[in-house]
Amino acid sequence: MSEHGSVTCLTIVAESVLEERLLAVIDECGAKGWTVSMAQGHGPSHHGVSGIEGGNVRVETLVSDEVAASIWRALERDFFPHYAVSAWAYDVRVARVARYS
Amino acid sequence: MDLQASLELALVNFTSPPVLAFVLGLIAVAVRTDLRLPDAVYQATSMYLLLAIGIKGGVALREASPSEIALPLVATVFLGVLIPIAAFGLLRVLTPLGRVDRGAMAAHYGSTSLVTFTAALVFLEASQIAFEGYVATLLTVLEIPGIIVGLLLARGLRGGGMGETLREVVLGRSVLLLVGGLGIGFATGPVGYIRVESFFGDLFTGVLTLFLLELGMLTGRQLGALRQAGPGLVVFAVAFPLLAGFAGVVGGTLAGMGTGGAMVLGVLCASASYIAAPAAVRLALPEARPSITLASSLGMTFPFNLIVGIPIYLLMAEIVGSWVP
Repeated sequence: MSEHGSVTCLTIVAESVLEERLLAVIDECGAKGWTVSMAQGHGPSHHGVSGIEGGNVRVETLVSDEVAASIWRALERDFFPHYAVSAWAYDVRVARVARYS
Repeated sequence: MDLQASLELALVNFTSPPVLAFVLGLIAVAVRTDLRLPDAVYQATSMYLLLAIGIKGGVALREASPSEIALPLVATVFLGVLIPIAAFGLLRVLTPLGRVDRGAMAAHYGSTSLVTFTAALVFLEASQIAFEGYVATLLTVLEIPGIIVGLLLARGLRGGGMGETLREVVLGRSVLLLVGGLGIGFATGPVGYIRVESFFGDLFTGVLTLFLLELGMLTGRQLGALRQAGPGLVVFAVAFPLLAGFAGVVGGTLAGMGTGGAMVLGVLCASASYIAAPAAVRLALPEARPSITLASSLGMTFPFNLIVGIPIYLLMAEIVGSWVP
């Protein structure tokens, strides 16, 4: 049986126009991978561009606490002040924990 | 052309399936119907329209001589730089918008609307008015400079980060599909086009109708933002397309284009982008307010051009054409 352990699951929902920029930040901060899916919804800072440009994207990444903190700092610096972005993090149990750190 | 003929053409335009589908989209939002084109279908129809316009334009470009298109190309680039500067200046007079929002607006109005252009071609074909086949090339050329000039007006030459924006504009989906389509059409010519005509030609107006249904709904959702736009912006959203459209018609006529071609260049100049520009502006000018630019470009200018503008630009082209020997 593979080794189980805890990592942080960081989920970011943002205007789809930001997808490329977000993924670059996640890579730079040291994440080993991510999952992107399309998302629809309504948030407090309703900007209206996402309806034209194909909705929102939902980016999920499983990372160590350090990488999650590094991504979080980049979000606070470059994304939260200007864009419609929601982000949340929680601990998850994963198989093969070494893959994510 | 007399007034009655103009009114008849305006009615032909208004009762065309794409325009009526747009109105249906507006109604769907007004009565709060739960109707929405899935994102994937919206993306696919937008890709189809860009590629179809490109391929058809490329086939026509093959038949045009370089000397024939040189002057219209120069006129298009000139207008692509002039229009955003004029928009930026006029907004300063008409609205209390700050520099960044005016630059964002200039980028939208300097670029073009594929769907308005397409609706103008469908209108000309339905009215049996000839136009130069290379107009799709002008559409592609006019997509880019307006956005760059608008962003420069908003930010000045200082500040980095233009690289990503330029990449977004020049290698973005719209320009890639248009240029790629032009290349495919040019390389394959009429012989190759016949093999895809049933898909890219015969189905075209139908797909445009579906796309306009969705655009009608998107426009309907912008109308709420109009209340906060202020009267100056409303005046701009209707008056500026007429001014820019007239400039385009004059430019096209002076460059040697016929009535149909000059009218199309007028439509290109009058229309405001709501696909390429919003994405580029969002990345480059995060502090600009998309609710204002979209309420103006998609909420007012687009329906104005689609419903009443297109026949007006044809009338302008008729009149200006009669001035030039």
